[in-house]
Amino acid sequence: MAIVGRALTKRFGDFAALDDVSIEVPAGSLTALLGPSGSGKSTLLRVIAGLERPDRGTVELDGVDVTRRAAQKRGVGFVFQHYAAFKHMTVRDNVAFGLKVRRRPRAEIRARVDELLELVQIAGWADHYPAQLSGGQRQRMALARALAVEPKVLLLDEPFGALDARVRKDLRAWLRRLHDEMHVTTIFVTHDQEEAMEIADQIVLMNHGRIEQVGGPRELYEEPATEFVMSFVGPVNRLGESFVRPHDLELRAEANGETTPGRIERIVHLGFEVRVELRLEDGRECWAQVTRDEAEQLELAPGGTVFVRARRTKVFQTT
Amino acid sequence: MSRWLLRLAGLSYLLVILAAPVGLVFWKTFEHGFGPAWDAVTTPAAKHALYVTVLIAAIAVPANTIFGIVCAIAIVRRRFPGKGLVNALVDLPLALSPVVVGLAFLLLYGRNGWFGWLGDHGVQVVFALPGMVLVTIFVSLPFVVREVVPVLREIGTEQEQAAATLGASPFQTFRRVTLPAIRWAVAYGVVLTTARALGEFGAVSVISGHVVGKTETMTLHVEERFQSFDYVGAYAASVVLAMLAIATLAAMTLLKPKEETR
Repeated sequence: MAIVGRALTKRFGDFAALDDVSIEVPAGSLTALLGPSGSGKSTLLRVIAGLERPDRGTVELDGVDVTRRAAQKRGVGFVFQHYAAFKHMTVRDNVAFGLKVRRRPRAEIRARVDELLELVQIAGWADHYPAQLSGGQRQRMALARALAVEPKVLLLDEPFGALDARVRKDLRAWLRRLHDEMHVTTIFVTHDQEEAMEIADQIVLMNHGRIEQVGGPRELYEEPATEFVMSFVGPVNRLGESFVRPHDLELRAEANGETTPGRIERIVHLGFEVRVELRLEDGRECWAQVTRDEAEQLELAPGGTVFVRARRTKVFQTT
Repeated sequence: MSRWLLRLAGLSYLLVILAAPVGLVFWKTFEHGFGPAWDAVTTPAAKHALYVTVLIAAIAVPANTIFGIVCAIAIVRRRFPGKGLVNALVDLPLALSPVVVGLAFLLLYGRNGWFGWLGDHGVQVVFALPGMVLVTIFVSLPFVVREVVPVLREIGTEQEQAAATLGASPFQTFRRVTLPAIRWAVAYGVVLTTARALGEFGAVSVISGHVVGKTETMTLHVEERFQSFDYVGAYAASVVLAMLAIATLAAMTLLKPKEETR
């Protein structure tokens, strides 16, 4: 089911959480709302879910205006960063909640819950309480609970934000696979660009309550529309008016017509990747990302001199 | 060594302040055996006093429980004009001397009070049960609110929002999510409310008019017996009051499952 937001504005006192935001999410897609904290991404998600009412603008689900409709009647599944588990219910009862309030027959509820617990791989924990589960298990339970009522839209608010790095990586891949099997229109909020790029078909990058750019992961990285986008989706050096990615800085042992000499300030070895911090002739600082082999070939050492050339740069129109 | 001293000091304090007086009452009651004490609490006046006390509590406690839950939810979850005032007013019964409360109700519902006209229509409030119920509700009002408010704050709104997105109506959300989360706070508030309602003396004393066999509660009965130099009667009635309080506490402890006595 397609999701459309038009000219959405939401203020909290003087703070504009959403400032005239319009968004389109195609049916069946997996979209990431990416941005720094305070950029309005969570507010946008909550407005779509009906947990927050916009001051202005409309929300459409499958072409139907639902702006005035309560969250209860929107048919969206919502997953919270801190799980929002019903602490006094067992895992089974948590997952069954949506079906119980819909007064479905008992046998049907049981079958559906078993199926979901299997799907999220916590079948053995059905009669435990949420407090007895690990963070990753709790979040999978929350996901099963949201999926139980067969939502037309699945919304996830920083779903992996409270989990440790390894669990987070596992769950990402798992979420992507789940989405590929179920094809439910999904939006998830994250402040982690790597997470967004790894799972999403479409990324909506937000800043200061506005959308900076919408596009696929590759598009955002290679054709950033603004300086903010360029610096948010990856590391960047600023050289005067132009911007260059560290891996687009070519290092040479000898000068040719296009290079600038630079002094090596520091070398950081990160396994395969080597970071070379440089001070250019004119005093500007930047860093280059090279492979270990390249670094060895060039015999880079702190205090030495290399010749630097930018393979690809980006200049943004200042408004 | 100092740890033992501290324990000893704590224990002696509790003994002198709490256990000794209560124990003494029990001892005095049964000083001449069980018979006289039993006779003292089975007189028509004593039985009626017990009935009045229980009746008042049976009205005041449910009323304050429902009000307390609704009020706590309003204070924590809603925004409305005058919320600060409501929050402060809830504590008023704790600050006000019960005698003042009794007097205030007497003035309000008395012959020349604002609601004095009720008496002309056959609704007797002062020197009757309705007035006693009203002042008891007044003095025992803050407990459920004060117990529930911090718990509501602590559980936050996420579980309720999750319930809403899962299709639960506001009432279903309250019954299935909010109420179970605050149930122990409510239970504790109910125990405190009950204890206060059973033990209230000052306000009830002012508004009841002390009509033996009519508007006399257990606490008033204790005083009346004491004034009449019937010490066994007074002590025995006190023991009944104490038993009621202990029974309330015990009921809550029994209801509370073990895993949640953290």
